[in-house]
Amino acid sequence: MYLKQLIVFLENREGRLDNITDILAKNDINIVCLSLADTSEYGVIRMIVSDPEKAKEVLKAEGCSARLNDVLAINMEQKAGSLNKLTKTMTKANINIEYMYTLNSSKNAGSMVLKCSDIEKGYAAAKEAGFDLVDPDTAYNM
Amino acid sequence: MIWNEARECMSRDEMANMQGARLKKLVANVYHNVEFYRKKMQAMGLEPGDIKGIEDITKLPFTTKNDLRDNYPFGLLAVPNSQIVRVHASSGTTGKATVVAYTRRDIEAWQECVARDLVMCGITKEDMIQVAYGYGLFTGGLGLHYGAENLGCMTVPMSTGNTKRLVTMMEDFGVTAIACTPSYLLHIAEVIEEMGVKDRLKLKTAICGAEPWTEKMRLQIEEKLGINAHDIYGLSEVCGPGVACDCGFHKGLHVQEDHFYAEIVNKETLDPMADGEVGELVFTTLTKEGLPLLRYRTKDLTSIDHSPCECGRTTPRISKFKGRSDDMLIIRGVNVFPSQVETALLEIEGVSPHYLMIVDRVNNLDTLEVQVEVDESLFSDEIKEMENLTKKISAALQSALLIAVKVKLVEPRTLERFEGKSKHVIDKRVLVD
Repeated sequence: MYLKQLIVFLENREGRLDNITDILAKNDINIVCLSLADTSEYGVIRMIVSDPEKAKEVLKAEGCSARLNDVLAINMEQKAGSLNKLTKTMTKANINIEYMYTLNSSKNAGSMVLKCSDIEKGYAAAKEAGFDLVDPDTAYNM
Repeated sequence: MIWNEARECMSRDEMANMQGARLKKLVANVYHNVEFYRKKMQAMGLEPGDIKGIEDITKLPFTTKNDLRDNYPFGLLAVPNSQIVRVHASSGTTGKATVVAYTRRDIEAWQECVARDLVMCGITKEDMIQVAYGYGLFTGGLGLHYGAENLGCMTVPMSTGNTKRLVTMMEDFGVTAIACTPSYLLHIAEVIEEMGVKDRLKLKTAICGAEPWTEKMRLQIEEKLGINAHDIYGLSEVCGPGVACDCGFHKGLHVQEDHFYAEIVNKETLDPMADGEVGELVFTTLTKEGLPLLRYRTKDLTSIDHSPCECGRTTPRISKFKGRSDDMLIIRGVNVFPSQVETALLEIEGVSPHYLMIVDRVNNLDTLEVQVEVDESLFSDEIKEMENLTKKISAALQSALLIAVKVKLVEPRTLERFEGKSKHVIDKRVLVD
């Protein structure tokens, strides 16, 4: 029910991101989507990839700081107000959205990756409000 | 001017006689009153009677900073606590402070030495001096303060911190002398420039110490401020600032050797070395009552010259320091050992012991950056957690080292590893010409 998100720590200097994408490319791992949180000195890259476990292992083998954590992915309608409906749901349930990024976006539909302050509560609140959660395998193979 | 001509210009023979008599008394004192020394001497088959003159000093055991640590806090004192009137402390290698203690007579001897040094720098009782060393457990502030009062100077206890206020008072009061670390003085010089008050100042002398600095830096200070700058040396274990100081001829620092007997020894074999040869500086505190030390190894590398100085003093001169025989760093006047960083990091859960200290001098102030490798157990996908981690590491290091530390998180395996010995320090400051 939760998605495995791949997170990697990297210094904010030339070549570091290239090193990560290089390792993933060589191991035939597709990056479905990503979000990069940066500070002046370092960053944390968060990704949904085709094979999270393998991605973590190959990165670690190359000496990178990589690990997996759980996030929610929610399908949404491609129309005005649908994100607002989601944020209202979370606010009502007293859940903080730590960060979010787009999993997929097309003409007809969209989906978001969500990191909640409490993933179980977030999952329950989304379900109760009638949101459709993205199946992990579907997300990995987008 | 010479503050105490009888002592500072004594003939070498008279000095040796006086030192011999003081050494005999000192050895008998520590043998009877300090268990640590009694045991050491007994193990060497030495009795107080074996020391007949200053030349016998080489028979005596050495003392190290570790010995002070092992006997923390008051194990090496030769008098009961009731006779101690002051305590100072400096940071030790493993987080525990090195504690030193003074009787009233120790304080008097210390302020006598500082007064001699101030006069050596051309300061008189007519001068007004700002003491801009830290006041507190650090010996710098109070050491210079009591010496300046002893000389009779109008003494302004500035301590460190608000540089603009310092400069304002320097102008308003008509301050003529300042005591602080050389790097702080260069910073003060910049603030003076910014405030545009240089022409209105009466400053003519600076007495700087507590950190290594080059002759080039001394000349730079003199030129920038249009003053005379002098180098004062000391270490808390032996007393504090005032153990040695350079006169107007700047040909080495005169050691107050009626109180502190200086030897230079080979840092490996510990054999005595001749004048001019570079080795480790060793002090025996000939007159101290509270914490008398036999042959204390300073780990500072230098050479000594016993020939009389052009200034008329006969006290021997040590040259500017050539480095240290251990890994201690002096950052903003504070002793820092890499092992302190390691210990502090290991106490934070999940932090790897792989670190690199980068010491630099930015705008004439020492800076310390500690790079810490981040492994997968430590980092978070949330920046706020990462910022908390940085703050936590920084706070832990700051409380261990007593100086501000900038923490930088780096990727695993980015810090260099060497076989057997890892490189933990990059010192970008130019400290030796």
